[in-house]
Amino acid sequence: MSTEKMKAKITIHVNGRKHTVNVDPSMPLLYVLRNYLELNGPKYGCGQELCGSCMVLIDNKALPSCRLPVDTLQNKAITTLEGLVRKDGKLHPVQQAFVDQQAAQCGYCLNGMVISAAALLEENKSPDEEAIRTHLQRVLCRCGSHSRVIKAVKQAAQPISPKDKQTQE
Amino acid sequence: MKDTRETPSVSRRDFLKSAGCLTIAIPLFGNCWLPEAEKTFAEELPGSLNRQPQISAWLEVLANGKLRVYTGKMELGQGIRTAIAQVAAEELDMDMSQVEVHLAETGKTPHEGYTAGSGSIENSAMSVRYAAAAARQKLLELAAVKLKSSPAKLTMANGHVLVAGGKEKLTFAQILDGKQITDEVRLPVKLKDKTTYRLVGKAIPRTDIERMARGEQVHIHDLRFPGMLHARMVRPPAYSAKLVSLEESTLKKEFPGIVKTVVNGNFVGILATDEYEAMQAQAFLQKHIKWETGQNLPVEDLPTHIQKQATKTEQVKSKGEKPDSPSISHKASYFKPYIMHGSIGPSCAIALYDQSVLHIWSHSQGVYPLREAMSKMLELPPDQIHITGVPGAGCYGHNGADDAAADAALMAMAYPGKHIRVQWSREEEHGWEPYGSALSVDLEASLDQSGKINYYGSNVWTDSHSTRPGGDAATLLPARHISKPFQMQSAGYTGGGHRNAEPYYALPNLQIQAHFFEGPLRVSSLRGLGAYANIFALESFMDELAEKAGKDPLAFRLTHLEDERAIAVVKKIQELTKNEKRGKNEGMGYAFSRYKNTATYCAIAANVWVDSSTKEIKVKKMWACIDAGEVINLDGIINQTEGGMIQAASWTLKEQVTFDSQHVSSLNWATYPIFRFSDVPQVEVAVINRPQEKALGAGEAAQGPTSAAIANAVYQACGKRIRQLPIEAALRQS
Repeated sequence: MSTEKMKAKITIHVNGRKHTVNVDPSMPLLYVLRNYLELNGPKYGCGQELCGSCMVLIDNKALPSCRLPVDTLQNKAITTLEGLVRKDGKLHPVQQAFVDQQAAQCGYCLNGMVISAAALLEENKSPDEEAIRTHLQRVLCRCGSHSRVIKAVKQAAQPISPKDKQTQE
Repeated sequence: MKDTRETPSVSRRDFLKSAGCLTIAIPLFGNCWLPEAEKTFAEELPGSLNRQPQISAWLEVLANGKLRVYTGKMELGQGIRTAIAQVAAEELDMDMSQVEVHLAETGKTPHEGYTAGSGSIENSAMSVRYAAAAARQKLLELAAVKLKSSPAKLTMANGHVLVAGGKEKLTFAQILDGKQITDEVRLPVKLKDKTTYRLVGKAIPRTDIERMARGEQVHIHDLRFPGMLHARMVRPPAYSAKLVSLEESTLKKEFPGIVKTVVNGNFVGILATDEYEAMQAQAFLQKHIKWETGQNLPVEDLPTHIQKQATKTEQVKSKGEKPDSPSISHKASYFKPYIMHGSIGPSCAIALYDQSVLHIWSHSQGVYPLREAMSKMLELPPDQIHITGVPGAGCYGHNGADDAAADAALMAMAYPGKHIRVQWSREEEHGWEPYGSALSVDLEASLDQSGKINYYGSNVWTDSHSTRPGGDAATLLPARHISKPFQMQSAGYTGGGHRNAEPYYALPNLQIQAHFFEGPLRVSSLRGLGAYANIFALESFMDELAEKAGKDPLAFRLTHLEDERAIAVVKKIQELTKNEKRGKNEGMGYAFSRYKNTATYCAIAANVWVDSSTKEIKVKKMWACIDAGEVINLDGIINQTEGGMIQAASWTLKEQVTFDSQHVSSLNWATYPIFRFSDVPQVEVAVINRPQEKALGAGEAAQGPTSAAIANAVYQACGKRIRQLPIEAALRQS
């Protein structure tokens, strides 16, 4: 057996929890998340960092996970789409905005869109349309849901105050 | 649909305002061209219901009183699940949360062919509407006996039946004593009065979007089974390459985790417990396998090549004569290259062969036709094949879904007792999917003294537009590669090639011919089929003719339209854009079509900026006005139309499959670029709702007019008439 395929115990921090997996250290993070942690958020799209389907937050930065060797991430805080959901089950404002704006068709790209938008709002609380487009540039969508995605990110950047919410209901 | 009542944090009105920039829904009752009387009684049953008229084929009352609706259609991102739940909940006066929808599954749901051609509303949703209306009558009759009353005195609300004003109420399950309604739907069917609708016509939100946002399992890619194995294929380097040898022993030594290598003719598959190991083994084997490459692909100019290849001609339409000495005549040639479906998630399938039954999970658009093709390929009776439809990544057409299912089936048959998951790579999807066909269109026309068209001729060169699975096993990619290979018996569906070649305008003299060729690349259905290229040609040509006639492009179209509904969408697009200011180097272009000349009406406007010196182009904004008859889900139509414009704008500006003498060479998103956020225009959609008209599918209506509106806008912006797609490449060469 060639040495490069030797397995090793690797500990990563995903969605606030520690996970130790016994895998080929060169395995890209995406496959650890999907096959060992059984997470659905990050998706396989191209394996070449060209489509953004596999985006995750690594120390609050949105990055594609399809080529990142898992052994390089042992001291990083990894957050997936699932990890954005609040402990009480409430959606993250970006997730909620995607639901409100019905910002999806097939929804395969939704993970990359939401993760990229969440990272953007961490560093820029009120991005203009140009900033939104720039930050989501690496995420591809085939159904043409882009215009709704932009609106969803705008909504998430300006969450409706509890007072407004009451009057609307 | 259980969580639709969890009100989103913005009100419905606000949602609509923001979802489509400015979204207008104009309900039009009682216009002069609408039938006078309201159609309460159905005149004919929808196609799918005609074939499967039993109510219980469509509806199942669950023990808890809720309703399960069965559809033979697939969720592709068009929101069909919601539209179907809406019509059922409407007819049976249920809440959306009381209705769930079961998507295509062999043996469980009705056989409804493919989810294609914008036919799901017309067939499936309408079948459910009639089945639910018939069920309502039956439930009222049965409840009347139980409640010792008469049907006329009963009311139905929230999944219960009660005597009006009374206290005792029965759930549907109680009424049926646990049985189902097995009666057949017979005409006449009393449908609910449309003016009393609570749900149909409204923008009812989809509930699956929240499940996706939470990272719950929605897509086939996220299905997991205990002990599931991972398969990868090693594809040939060319369509007709033949396997010479592979180093299986070296593979086993390098990858001891490989469970099995399947070699069946030119079909090569690897099975592993770990997905990443399967991928590494695939990459290794690609380097340690020898193929004999077959026939070369033609590398000459594609428009010239396909015209030379044509073998069969069909006279699509012939009316009147060509005038002898027209005052003005004009000719032009247009071309559309091969275009990819390009789903963002490459095709995926899971199969399990267990106790003589082959179970398959697939994002196929037609589980029954897939079963038929699969049965032929495997020589296994259809009743031993069970296919469950699970949504995949969208694209609106026949991508690699069925092929991946066939890959998984072959692997599962070779390794029974385990769930086997096949995941295509990006390169496989880009390189092996059946593309949308290349088309060449030659047009000519003449104008009379008043500037009206008095002759129109179209010659279309087209390949097939559907090689979807069915009776022909060779429609499945691996069936062509196994040791007893299948060759395509039929040319597939060619009719789509001349879709919308005939103008919807009132023209006195017409000649429409379609010429069929068998092109170098594998092809099948892509959103709109030939309509996309034919409307690109026709509606570009209309602008060229308008200029020859010295007329405004929209006014020129209006003088040739007779159908009031067509005129209404054109006038609406005119109104929507009349106050738009054009900046420097910007042009506004328009186009219109009625999809298939029998379905949805759509007019599009595009504002495009072109820098003549750098050859840069940007579609800044697009508008659509759409009339799909009776609106079932308002937001569904808007979403489909917004997305249709953006996808078609991407096709029009950027997309073409490239190939060399060996095989397809555009194998990733760098070599086959599609729209990214920096390219995407703002979009605005106006919907004309005609509640008394037939409900039509809206999913493909925007594709054709989008292309021509953009080409016309480019001409307005910089004076260059682009007749060869994609526009960016043509502009660079101009």
